[in-house]
Amino acid sequence: MVIISREEVEHVAWLARLELTEEEKEAYTHQLNAILDFMQQLNELDTTNVEPMAHVLPLVNVLREDEVKPGLPHEEALAGAPDQDRGQFRVPKIV
Amino acid sequence: MAEYEAVIGLEVHVELKTASKAFCGCSTAFGAAPNTHICPVCLGLPGVLPVINRKMVDYALKVALALNCRIAPHCKFDRKNYYYPDLPKNYQISQYDLPLATDGYLEVEVDGRRRRIGIIRVHMEEDAGKLIHEGEALNPGAYSLVDLNRTGVPLLEIVSAPDIHSPEEAYAYLTSLKAILQYLDVSDCKMEEGSLRCDANISVRPRGSEVLGTKTELKNMNSFRALQRALAYEIERQSEILARGGRIKQETRAWDESRGVTVSLRGKEEAHDYRYFPEPDLVPLAIGEDWINRIREELPELPAERRRRFQEQYGLPPYDAAVLTASKSMADYFEACLGHYREAKTVSNWLMGDFSRLLNAHGLEPEQAPVRPQDLAELLTLIDEGTISGKIAKTVFEEMFLTGKKARTVVEEKGLVQISDEAAVLAVVEEVLAAHPGPAADYRAGKEKALGFLVGQVMKATRGKANPALVNKLLKERLE
Repeated sequence: MVIISREEVEHVAWLARLELTEEEKEAYTHQLNAILDFMQQLNELDTTNVEPMAHVLPLVNVLREDEVKPGLPHEEALAGAPDQDRGQFRVPKIV
Repeated sequence: MAEYEAVIGLEVHVELKTASKAFCGCSTAFGAAPNTHICPVCLGLPGVLPVINRKMVDYALKVALALNCRIAPHCKFDRKNYYYPDLPKNYQISQYDLPLATDGYLEVEVDGRRRRIGIIRVHMEEDAGKLIHEGEALNPGAYSLVDLNRTGVPLLEIVSAPDIHSPEEAYAYLTSLKAILQYLDVSDCKMEEGSLRCDANISVRPRGSEVLGTKTELKNMNSFRALQRALAYEIERQSEILARGGRIKQETRAWDESRGVTVSLRGKEEAHDYRYFPEPDLVPLAIGEDWINRIREELPELPAERRRRFQEQYGLPPYDAAVLTASKSMADYFEACLGHYREAKTVSNWLMGDFSRLLNAHGLEPEQAPVRPQDLAELLTLIDEGTISGKIAKTVFEEMFLTGKKARTVVEEKGLVQISDEAAVLAVVEEVLAAHPGPAADYRAGKEKALGFLVGQVMKATRGKANPALVNKLLKERLE
């Protein structure tokens, strides 16, 4: 059963900035359909009175107080930057 | 253009003034050196976990309650996925299908008519970083610089219903919203620092029609006036297209302030496909009655209540009450003045007149004014005592504003004490009458207007210091 088309796989790959070969597109289309097909079995369950689950942990309201903590030293923060200039991350021009 | 009606919805983003960021302990202070308020959490480095700032939720609840919203008993955060260099995690933590609050409203007044503008939703999210575009003029291989200090600063998105029908109403909505946010003390609301930003959705339709037209989204308005102008331009542009049988293209357009036009951002904006999904690193919020009641009790007096109180308690006209309470700091200043001086309407006149004019001219807020409330009260007392005339008081006030000196000091230094000595004024009156026999004769012949000229001459000769009532009285007596 085809749930996700090859075009959709290409679109999602583009959104995720993934460059896929023709073989990979073929393979992922097949695999994703197999996963989605499996997931469809869940649709057979009657969930009328089941509350939607927003998180796997049975926790709510995990909060912190509004306190300032020191962050990373400036040099360390920029240490992983491929390129930098005057204390800032330097990237190809974006408009 | 009258046959078309505009349908406008506004999307306001406002930074909440918590001390630390939404999901980490980095400072939110504005104006720090680039990339000095960042940490592994807001940089999205591997293995880190965000934790919700309690104060962000408290502030968001304040706003939601002040906007008469329904608070969701359960809400959650979602990831909004897109790629842009100002977003280091490649997703923004936001709220999608279960926002904090929905279904509120805000009352605005335009041309004396009160209207309710619906609020569709209020939700929490995090701000992105800042991009600086370099080298455009000289270097075709230009680049952009990224400062991530702002990344993760708590942001509230407030979406209005498409209930707004004119640029003036949009302006009134923003002014009212800003006043509420300032009264709540949850945001600096400085458009110039980006702590308040506004986008607009706008379409037009034939008046009387119930069908919505195709809308455009407007961006890049840097002030409320710019938003008003952009909307006016867009209404005209869309109406003209429809009038000649054309079709509106659904697109995002940017306001060009210098040219006064909106321009299409076609091709520069990618199709929105954010693939929202629940943020697995944050557990949901369950906001119960206790929490809501605690916040409700903390709500201060809001602009609408204060306006009513100003009318009732101080007997101010509705117009004065509305102008003064539109800004919290102006309303505070007004009440501080009344601690030193009784006549509310007199204070109101001064604040709406010369005080506001000078504040605007110097780009100051009331609390930054060199003239403090007790200083203005002293000036007004000098008028009441007859030490200076109301006209001279304006000069004195301006001098006080420019130098920060007190009223009495300015009056003494500049020799501005009013001349109320009858003999002294009479001497000048005699001189003026002798010098201007023509107007004197005119007045005697029944030309009432000539008196104004003669009063003016006396005031001029005394450099404005003569007591005007006395001048009038003496001139009339001499001309009988």
